[in-house]
Amino acid sequence: MVQQNQNPMIPTACKILSIVKETDIEYTFRVESPFQANHGQFMQLSIPKIGEAPISISELGDNYMDFTLRAVGKVTNEIFEKQVGDFLFLRGPYGNGWPYEELKGKHLVFITGGTGLAPVRSLLNEFYNNMDLVKSITLISGFKNKESILFKDELKNWQEKFRTFYTLDNDKIEGWNSGLVTNFVKEIDFNSFDNNYAVIVVGPPIMMKFTGLELKKHDIPDENIWMSFERKMSCAIGKCGHCRIDETYICLDGPVFPYTKAKNLVD
Amino acid sequence: MGYKFNFADADRLFCNIFDKYDIYAPKKFPKQGRYSDTDIIKYAKINSINEIEFHIKSDYSAKEVLNPINETLFYFIENEFRESSAPKKPILLFARPCDINAIEIQSKIFEENGEFSDIYFTRIKNNLKFVLMDCNGGDDTCFCVSMNSNFTDNWAIAIKQLENEYLLSIKDSEFTSDFENCEQTDFSPEFVQQNTLSVNIKEIPNKEVLNKLKEHPFWLEYDKRCISCGSCTVSCPTCTCFTTRDIIYSENPKVGERKRVYASCQIEGFDQMAGQKEIRNKASERMRYKVLHKYHDYKERFKTKHMCVGCGRCIHRCPEAISIVSTLEKMNNAIDEILNKDIQE
Repeated sequence: MVQQNQNPMIPTACKILSIVKETDIEYTFRVESPFQANHGQFMQLSIPKIGEAPISISELGDNYMDFTLRAVGKVTNEIFEKQVGDFLFLRGPYGNGWPYEELKGKHLVFITGGTGLAPVRSLLNEFYNNMDLVKSITLISGFKNKESILFKDELKNWQEKFRTFYTLDNDKIEGWNSGLVTNFVKEIDFNSFDNNYAVIVVGPPIMMKFTGLELKKHDIPDENIWMSFERKMSCAIGKCGHCRIDETYICLDGPVFPYTKAKNLVD
Repeated sequence: MGYKFNFADADRLFCNIFDKYDIYAPKKFPKQGRYSDTDIIKYAKINSINEIEFHIKSDYSAKEVLNPINETLFYFIENEFRESSAPKKPILLFARPCDINAIEIQSKIFEENGEFSDIYFTRIKNNLKFVLMDCNGGDDTCFCVSMNSNFTDNWAIAIKQLENEYLLSIKDSEFTSDFENCEQTDFSPEFVQQNTLSVNIKEIPNKEVLNKLKEHPFWLEYDKRCISCGSCTVSCPTCTCFTTRDIIYSENPKVGERKRVYASCQIEGFDQMAGQKEIRNKASERMRYKVLHKYHDYKERFKTKHMCVGCGRCIHRCPEAISIVSTLEKMNNAIDEILNKDIQE
């Protein structure tokens, strides 16, 4: 077993077990992991010589973790050069994660935009395999176009047990809707949930903002809505200052916030 | 009770302390200022008490001793890591009350925010004692009294430089024997009671007012004036933000180090994530982020004093002559305007 370091800034070398090419620019890396993490937490992932970036955990196994990355920066570009058997360097886990106990026993509505599906994927799979933990699951998942669809096999599987609305922002393919995720909020009969439900929203800032407003149009109480934030971070332990919004540190107090708090987080 | 001694005797009296401690203090570096023929005063390791600049406020603060502008976190050799080592000797740090208070604010962030204490900061702080430097009230940019940072009892030795001699008071018995043969005199440190500048900081009562304040047009002035150079945050004794950077040794790219370097919320890219747009992409937004941290957000998080200690260095260092004191006046007016409007509605 790999040993973790006492100094929280020092990462642990973890072996890459598999690489799945989700799209041309998004890969899922499965990495050997000695860490105990919760759904919705994130890790600091690094390549010595290149740098470090916070990445949410997209699947949790007993001895492994998945990270779904887009090659958009120095660190992620370098990670895409790695192959099975190479090492990624991890420290963490950080952040609060999803309020798992609070979500259990409820009707759950997940609304995700693009790679926002990654931070809820482990939770969706957990419930997919244990549907008795929840009352029902509705998944509204949007992507920009057909080239940017992630987790294709799982999207197909989830259709068996979840009520799903899969949509492309500006593209048309068979079996998929067209339009923004906000258009599908009206399809959900929140009244049928007996006031025992939660809505989970993850995606780009603009998508989360408008989804929040759309949910408020349907009178969803703030306490029933949860959002996960993404911000620049260098330390993930409350020191470097990059992720702060007012008195809130996304790395320590988030990344998951109830809408009561999230609606006031203005950068 | 205190002691007094001549300049000529200072280093002899401090010789045991020099053996045991690395002494850091503000020191003048002639002709190294940012304009031609100007000096700069910054913290440095000193070898003589007489090297210390006692009377003019240092351009850069004492924070650089605990939180250097760039610092190695660890070394990497292939897949292994080695933590950088702590300073070998304990540190004796000469500082005025504002800077000592500022270190306590740095400690809140480095040691009390979140479950982990920052080992790099803590390993220095736990081996450090302060020598309190007498302050005559500072200069025309100081407002420590308004910020409640004119006083501290966190010191081992207090010192005042007169024309030809030093006055000393000792609180930490470790140092008593070094000065027991000196002439005794009545000296205990005095603290500034009034500055030429004073500020009054209006409370921001709730998030609604806070978010309205963020939208207030008075910030837009800084789009024209602020050049986003970050001089204010580098010189600020309470700014702690950093970014990590990896370097490799050119002769062996398998070996290198991860460092941290100061980051500034005033400089472009502070909040920018790979492949995404910058969040605060205007000087006015960055200015607002800094000012609200100093005079609202920090206090809100730690339920303590405001973050700013009123040292005035940001006013000194700003190449565009932006004064935080007049910014605060404008902010107070904006808060009043928002509150009055709320009442009318």
